Amino acid sequence: MSAVPSTEQVEPTGPGGTEHPTVSREDVAHLAHLARLAVADEELDRYAEQLDVILHSVAAVAAVAADDIEPTSHAVPLINVYREDVVRPGLTPEEALAMAPAADAGRFRVPQILGEEQ
Amino acid sequence: MTTAELTPAEWAALDDVADFDEAIAAFDPVLGLEVHVELGTATKMFCSCATTFGAEPNTQVCPVCLALPGAMPVVNGTAVEYAIRIGLALNCSIAPWCRFARKNYFYPDMPKNFQTSQYDEPIAFDGYLDVPVGDEIVRVEIERAHMEEDTGKSTHIGGATGRIHGAEFSLLDYNRAGVPLVEIVSKPIVGTKASAPEVARAYVATLQDLVRSLGVSDVRMDQGSMRCDVNLSLTPAGNPVFGTRTETKNVNSLRSVERAARFEICRQASVLTAGGEIRQETRHFDELAGTTASGRVKETAEDYRYFPEPDLVPVAPSAQWVEQIRAALPELPWVRRERLQRDWGFTDLEMRDLTNARGVELVAQTVAAGAGAGDARSWWMSYLAQQANSAGVELSELAITPAQVAAVIGLVSSGSLTAALARKVVDGVLAGEGEPAEVVEKRGLAVVSDDSALQAAIDEALAAQPDVADKIRSGKVQAIGAIVGAVMKATRGQADAAKVRELTLKTIG
Repeated sequence: MSAVPSTEQVEPTGPGGTEHPTVSREDVAHLAHLARLAVADEELDRYAEQLDVILHSVAAVAAVAADDIEPTSHAVPLINVYREDVVRPGLTPEEALAMAPAADAGRFRVPQILGEEQ
Repeated sequence: MTTAELTPAEWAALDDVADFDEAIAAFDPVLGLEVHVELGTATKMFCSCATTFGAEPNTQVCPVCLALPGAMPVVNGTAVEYAIRIGLALNCSIAPWCRFARKNYFYPDMPKNFQTSQYDEPIAFDGYLDVPVGDEIVRVEIERAHMEEDTGKSTHIGGATGRIHGAEFSLLDYNRAGVPLVEIVSKPIVGTKASAPEVARAYVATLQDLVRSLGVSDVRMDQGSMRCDVNLSLTPAGNPVFGTRTETKNVNSLRSVERAARFEICRQASVLTAGGEIRQETRHFDELAGTTASGRVKETAEDYRYFPEPDLVPVAPSAQWVEQIRAALPELPWVRRERLQRDWGFTDLEMRDLTNARGVELVAQTVAAGAGAGDARSWWMSYLAQQANSAGVELSELAITPAQVAAVIGLVSSGSLTAALARKVVDGVLAGEGEPAEVVEKRGLAVVSDDSALQAAIDEALAAQPDVADKIRSGKVQAIGAIVGAVMKATRGQADAAKVRELTLKTIG
């Protein structure tokens, strides 16, 4: 396993989260790879520092969130909003493909994928 | 499969692997099975697009499943009900409250750049499935069954193999993007030793029967509405610590599940015996060669940065709704089997063999089409089983329907066909020559029931073997076999032996 911590470990607002580890160069490099961003070597330290400031600021929430308060994932307290299983017309293929940068034989055409397996 | 179809690389792959028996002697396999089931709802998981299989590309898409700006998903209530049905049938607990999560990744098969799935809050968890394997029952523990959506279909153009490596571009059809899926994840299955490949297959087959009986999916592995990933690791015999596992994808038939597990056991044993290490990776199963090939290394690829889906509200099925669904579950396959066994009067052994051959529903349908249970069982378990076996397919995959088998049985009981002729009629149906009656007609297979024609053949046979009649008269009745044989030969097997026997005895007087 790599020594790079997962993004969850640097997330400051998890249940019971108080202190968070400092964002390292390696964290930035890993996140940049996951986001497919080309970040130059000299930028790693700078972004690590900036992200650290951001995460520390957000972590202020942890100071007031008690352990018995669940992290919020929705602003509206609704549950069980369901749709009937009834087909409704969507877009025609022409409408769908009209918005595509490129199309071929009724399909969206995209560049080759970054040398990785699916 | 002929060996000539193998490429040199595939040959090399086969040469590298250890003998299965040696592999099992040195290592204990640990299995984990992930099965995706596409639900048979009319619409997608989060939008009202149709889910019809095989539609023209991009004809079942809308702003939600194409991830156009501002489009908002809404959960399909029927899909939730189907997922709960599956969970209950697998003896799972149903979550009183759970959420969807975003699984972020960058493949274009989801235009959103994430797949909506469930992460640490699956709708169903901690269940089990009892799987008949040979004359034993293996209990497979179920870790979880969670809801998610299927991805679009990519066609890679320009690469030699149709896979991503070497492709110049990809074409995307999003008809399948957003189709509701339930992913059923087993806990590690240990202690199966040499039967691991068979257990893997039996588990998927049992699950397939179960899900089909629930009416929530057509579970067609050939069409991808049921798909299996085989996780497998080896641990030195007797060692309780699991080894590094591989995940083999693209396993599209029951037979392939068994072959993929078997191949991975042999391959990993070779690597480990030679002092190598197993990489944690995704592998692809090659149906033709029966081998697996390395895909991506999982370590970084699995960092999907899951987080709760902010566009969907939590799913909180009430206990009342869950109990309603439980009460309305159809008769599950094993309960049904017990009832059918009583109705049919089969012995435990007969029923077990039929179950293991996955012939119960076929016999049930044959009986429903008018055949006797004993006749139906005997056809499916002997002649048809032989045909399925030699073709390497399941009984249900044979090109004959239970109704056609019942029709053949009907022709035998009415005396129109002998057992031998009936097998030829079945051959004709399997060869695509039409309904049993048409095959009888086209192949001219009807029993010679014209008594005068039979009488002429008998007279001729008696004349040719004059001593036989004397033997029979003197009490050696078994000598009649020579006459029956001659008549059968003269009628090209199209006479009813019992009838020939009766007429011969009458002739001799």
